[in-house]
Amino acid sequence: MATIREPEVTRELARQEGMTGEEFERACALLGRTPTFTELAIIAVMWSEHCSYKSSRMHLKKLPTEGPRLIQGPGENAGIVDVGDGIVAVFKMESHNHPSFVEPYQGAATGVGGILRDIFTMGARPIASLDSLRFGAIDAPRMRYLVGGVVAGIAGYGNCIGIPTVGGDVVFHPSYDNNILVNVFSLGIARADKIHKGIASGVGNPVMYVGSRTGRDGIHGASLLASAEFDAESETKRPTVQVGDPFTEKLLLEACLEAMKERGMVVGIQDMGAAGLTSSSLEMAARGGAGMDIDIDKVPLREAGMTPYEIMLSESQERMLLVATPESEARVRALFEKWDLEAAVIGRVTDGGRVRISWKGTTVADLPAAALADDAPRYDRPHARPAWQDEVQRLQLERVAEPADAGAVLLRLMTSPNLASRESIYQVYDHMVRTNTVVRPGSDAAVIRLKGGTTALALTSDCNPRYCYLDPEEGARLAVAEAARNLACAGAVPIGTTDCLNFGNPERPEIMWQFVRSIDGIADACRAFEAPIVGGNVSFYNETEGKAIHPTPMIAMVGLLEDVRAALTQWFRNAGDAVLLLGEPGGSLAASEYLAVVHGLEAGRPAPVNLKAERAIHDAVRAARDARLIVSAHDCSEGGLAAALAECCITAPGGAVGARISLDATGRLDALLFGEAPSRIIVSATAQNRPRLETMFRAMDVPHRVIGEVGGASLKITVGKSVVVDLDAAELRTAWKAALPLLLRKPA
Amino acid sequence: MKFGIVVFPGSNCEHDVYHVAKHLLGHEASFIWHKDTSFAGVDCLVLPGGFAHGDYLRCGAMARFSPVMGAVKQFAERGGMVFGICNGFQVLTEAGLLPGALVRNAGLQYICRDVHLRAERQDTPFTCRIKPGSVLTIPIGHGEGCYFAPDHVIQELETKRQVVFRYCDPTGEVTADANPNGSLHAIAGVCNEKGNVLGMMPHPDRCAEEVLGRAVGMRQFDSIVHAWTVARRNRI
Repeated sequence: MATIREPEVTRELARQEGMTGEEFERACALLGRTPTFTELAIIAVMWSEHCSYKSSRMHLKKLPTEGPRLIQGPGENAGIVDVGDGIVAVFKMESHNHPSFVEPYQGAATGVGGILRDIFTMGARPIASLDSLRFGAIDAPRMRYLVGGVVAGIAGYGNCIGIPTVGGDVVFHPSYDNNILVNVFSLGIARADKIHKGIASGVGNPVMYVGSRTGRDGIHGASLLASAEFDAESETKRPTVQVGDPFTEKLLLEACLEAMKERGMVVGIQDMGAAGLTSSSLEMAARGGAGMDIDIDKVPLREAGMTPYEIMLSESQERMLLVATPESEARVRALFEKWDLEAAVIGRVTDGGRVRISWKGTTVADLPAAALADDAPRYDRPHARPAWQDEVQRLQLERVAEPADAGAVLLRLMTSPNLASRESIYQVYDHMVRTNTVVRPGSDAAVIRLKGGTTALALTSDCNPRYCYLDPEEGARLAVAEAARNLACAGAVPIGTTDCLNFGNPERPEIMWQFVRSIDGIADACRAFEAPIVGGNVSFYNETEGKAIHPTPMIAMVGLLEDVRAALTQWFRNAGDAVLLLGEPGGSLAASEYLAVVHGLEAGRPAPVNLKAERAIHDAVRAARDARLIVSAHDCSEGGLAAALAECCITAPGGAVGARISLDATGRLDALLFGEAPSRIIVSATAQNRPRLETMFRAMDVPHRVIGEVGGASLKITVGKSVVVDLDAAELRTAWKAALPLLLRKPA
Repeated sequence: MKFGIVVFPGSNCEHDVYHVAKHLLGHEASFIWHKDTSFAGVDCLVLPGGFAHGDYLRCGAMARFSPVMGAVKQFAERGGMVFGICNGFQVLTEAGLLPGALVRNAGLQYICRDVHLRAERQDTPFTCRIKPGSVLTIPIGHGEGCYFAPDHVIQELETKRQVVFRYCDPTGEVTADANPNGSLHAIAGVCNEKGNVLGMMPHPDRCAEEVLGRAVGMRQFDSIVHAWTVARRNRI
């Protein structure tokens, strides 16, 4: 069919493009002939793990994707949830792991750019982002460089485009030494009647290309970089990383939103993300049950001499594909010209469902859009519990010595990489632009008000990789429970969840087992909190030379507050306030941060969560908040009760405050202070409100006890009759704040 | 009164200023596109924060060539109130409407957090509701906010009382620790000789409502409205 000189299409060529022999035969059968070179490239990328979810799709079906507020579940560019008053929240989380390891600044920056396009392509204005980062041990090779590059990349892109980065989480763990994770969440809002979808319809309608020109960057990002594990050659993949331009994206954002505001101007729109023009054209045609004739000579190019193969696979950033109408075409063009952006009609919508690509008068690809999506390979990959799982779950506590000085241990924990203040990171992110940030980074959840009303949204992201490694199903359940708990601590009710599932090579049964078990855990917990999955992302092949990362099913959850003024923060405020613990005091040392930091042990099974009890505690906090009976609420997580109390004392923006805490002696002292368990929240209340609060908790039948009061210069914890911790709160705060910058400073 | 908000490609705080002017003050506000060469009926021009033209060169270096800047200069020369916030301040120095320059922060990093400012003078339209010596807690968000000018310019600024805001500690003391970006003389905001053009790196638009933690920024916007009211009364 094609007259250009192209390589002969063979099984071997298909293999180089990332397809198996079987997949190649499947493609031939689908077309009834051997694909052309360009077609092969298109099919290979559409059937890549990254674009087709071929290993995960059958399992993802188990996730709950329905709820009273849910308007759009998985399958679109982002999920949509009703937040009342005709307003919807549009959100999603995505990974940009491999690019960020190869080239941290641009990898992270374009991760932000990509997720923002997913949001505004739906007609929503992005108003907040979160970043969940997983780095290796700080002393691992290149790690300080990677941390610096990733953080700078997120800041560089997010600050310039003017979307606040209001939170997220950062964990350091050696399992990420050779494969860091950069997961980016963004949320936008729109009027419900202004939502747009990635759909091509209306035979004869113009297909328009808008945004930046197409260059040779990012070719094979989806198929070869994101869908294969790392090896010694990974450095050579640097050219597959795209380069971001937040300024152009800002223009594109404004131009697209302006176009979508006007009724009837835009029929459908989708960003050119992974696999660029290929996936956007095929997915839009498939969703609309339509076809497209595309003349790629019309695509605005950065350089001459690009082949159809390169044009179709380029992942140049800041580009969108848009279906207009014959009547609106001129207006769309004028609007994008106002913003100094390219706008070119590159094709027409057709019936018949085929996407035909022509180049210099010849057809270089002619593919059935829907069939290509529907007949994509699906794998039920074998999964099996690894033999070593029992081994790592075994924990012999009698061999773990109890600390002589609990105060010293607490100080050590609070200055360790995973508990130290994140201020030095979030300070380089503009977290206030758009003037909606009611609770800034540094509390359990960020709170964003919605202008024009009284409501607000709370945002959080969580995942403890140690829990997930030691018990994938329970770890995933705990991640969801912690996200919901963080929202409750801000006073919010969960309304939707997005997940970013980061795992190793799915062709290995033990990885697939981790994945399948995690899905079970997420499904279970999302149901319990009525926080359906609205969409997300699967990132496999996070491993290097056969060594996988810890399973990391990142959970980002969105909560709703009816009254923004009732938003809660985690820190103690006033001397004399009572300190109460909701839940039980004793925690488990298994899988704890304490065991890892102090004893170098990663073992045991994380304490399981009782979802019903967990939810009851969230409800109790929200009820107390609604009755204006509590001043603060803070989740007890890594580092246990003692670390949570320390955080209550030292994390307030204004400075530290002490507390006098008294606990009953039960079992091991380290388990009492540093043991971890779900379903625990520390609240503070004025002495005056305390009796009413206790009555309320009793009536709701949630376990609770008064454990002390706010005040004094130090955090003083008494167990039984002995003072076990007595640390000056201001000094602890100074050490906690200084720790991460010190750790990240290059060793002399 | 009517606020005109100049929008450059890459501005990103234009909606924040609009919200303050329109919804919090209850006055009129409109956007002025950088390609416009004239505007009418505007009482106060605001150049908002952001990254005009991407700030890939020196911040504001491209924006000064935007078609709208000619009209902005004329407006200032006629005595109109011109208020540059953050990137807007950078644009005003590049355009020569204010002296000095904003260079890379001393710590080489972008910083987003609250700082304390000491108000140095009350006799400007932007500060007439703020007592001199008051300490205001206001957020900053910039990577290039270090105020720099040659010695003689700094001396002249001090002599002519053109320094309107200085970074200080919570008690109002100007100390090295309280200076977030290494600005000379801890300068956070300066005005022109006539006092009708003000540029400042901190963001009063980010702290104009109690729901965002504090409403101290409103005192500046109230000042602008007050100055306008007085000027109008005097004209009548």
